[in-house]
Amino acid sequence: MTELDPAEQRAFAQAVGPVATLRRLSLPHLDGLTWLFVGPLFLVLLAFMVLPAFSVLVGAVRGEGGHFTTKYLAMLGQAQYVTALKNTVLVSFWSAVLGAVLGALLAWVALGPHSPPWIRRPLMSFSGVASNFAGIPLALAFLMTLSGTGVITKLLLAVGINLQALGFSLFSLSGLVLVYLYFQIPLMVILFTPAINGLRQEWQEAAENLGAGPWLYWRRVGLPILMPSLLACATMLFGNAFATYATPYALTSGNIPLLPLQISAVMSGNVLSDPQLGQALALLIIVIMLITTGLYVWFDKQSSRWRV
Amino acid sequence: MTRRPGLGIGGGLVILLFALYFFAPLVSLVVASMWQGGNRYDLSAYGGVVQEENFIASFKLSLMLAVETIALTLLVVFPAVFWVNLRAQHLRSFFNVLSVIAFIVPPIVLVSGISGLYRGPEWFVGTPHFLVVGYTVLAIPYTYRTLDNGMRALNLQTLSEAAQSCGAGWGTLIRRIILPNVRGAVLGAILLILTLALGEFTFANVLLYQTLPVYMSYIASTRANESSALAIMALLFTWLAMYILLNVESRAARKT
Repeated sequence: MTELDPAEQRAFAQAVGPVATLRRLSLPHLDGLTWLFVGPLFLVLLAFMVLPAFSVLVGAVRGEGGHFTTKYLAMLGQAQYVTALKNTVLVSFWSAVLGAVLGALLAWVALGPHSPPWIRRPLMSFSGVASNFAGIPLALAFLMTLSGTGVITKLLLAVGINLQALGFSLFSLSGLVLVYLYFQIPLMVILFTPAINGLRQEWQEAAENLGAGPWLYWRRVGLPILMPSLLACATMLFGNAFATYATPYALTSGNIPLLPLQISAVMSGNVLSDPQLGQALALLIIVIMLITTGLYVWFDKQSSRWRV
Repeated sequence: MTRRPGLGIGGGLVILLFALYFFAPLVSLVVASMWQGGNRYDLSAYGGVVQEENFIASFKLSLMLAVETIALTLLVVFPAVFWVNLRAQHLRSFFNVLSVIAFIVPPIVLVSGISGLYRGPEWFVGTPHFLVVGYTVLAIPYTYRTLDNGMRALNLQTLSEAAQSCGAGWGTLIRRIILPNVRGAVLGAILLILTLALGEFTFANVLLYQTLPVYMSYIASTRANESSALAIMALLFTWLAMYILLNVESRAARKT
């Protein structure tokens, strides 16, 4: 349940505007009563969200004596952390690309203009639940399905298909992608449905009147309009996968190095090292999330051209 | 050329494949929870696992943390949402960026930041109660949004002016007028925080406390049927909470 829920991500989209305008806002004058009501929330967020994020930044570049050092940042160049970064990017990228494509396909087939109405509500409810279905129960479900002793593995073996011999392993990067898709596809359905609903029937009719077939319509009108929100949703999925911790932890017991798992290994003392190294790793995640958010804002701006 | 609504053969096939992908793990989980070796299947894992001492301890711990998180989160978020809706509309954009920050600072980063920054006092930081701080920060964006939706539906201005012209103070206003009107939203927020706190894994695992999900992952490798049974119970609980939540929300939507 630690991943962002879809409604939260929709709120994210609405909040992007204010982020852009935040620069123009100066801190408003607050009277005593306002402090009384709003102050506690401000303080909790400041103390346990903003300051910790800054302490990660500071801790990553502060040496033993309090002076500036790049020692810990340089340690990120060690082979194991480079591998972890590469793995995390790979898993996040593929689960985002496949999640976006498959989620968009499912949304189009099940929720598009030609789909039967009875399928909408169940699918939206299921997507809401499944996009939250991350962590230990999800990892367990896949272990029981596709590990060496999993139900599907054994069923397939009974009909003569040996997954292991075919080179499939749940405990690999592609295995992780397969598991991540379980929450990425439903998330995509939820994020992408508004874009599909925004595709106007008139545009297709106009294209048809001008002599375009479905193929030409999709290539010249439909896809170009949907592309920016497709990319925006995909960046969101990328960030969602990048910070995922519980699912890969439970699935692989940390055998596949991923950045979030490395942080916890450093912090829980499984590896002998400095806490600052954990902060340097955390800083790396923040930087990636910032880039992701920036890309999201940019794509979202492109897609808003077609929103009426 | 308009098409009749319908899936068609291709569409039906696509839905079928997705359904297979999404239901196979759930069915496997149920099968695994009932498997007792050989060809024996029964429900004994469900009874067995909930009677275990370690399960009871971890369940109690998770429940206690959940209750504390609900209390703390509502205590700080409710007054703020109330005030932002009543008097301080200009603060709205500040709180709207919450979900953006929550995205940029994911739990694993948050836990390393919080535990690096706060090393004392030992009576707080050295106990599982410290987890409540992290859970609260994770819960705040969800709670803020849920309460804000509920309160925006009210005509807060009119309500509070009417109450105050009848001589009600702030306390009476909140207790007798506002709370009864946003009961649904508060219930929704409580359910969200509850499922979040009961399912939270990152903080507890990194800080080495055996909450329910940590216990679940601990027995996962050795006792497949019992950990599956636990996972199913956790899922059923989450779904029940979500179902109630959806009903509360759609009822609130119908009211407005």
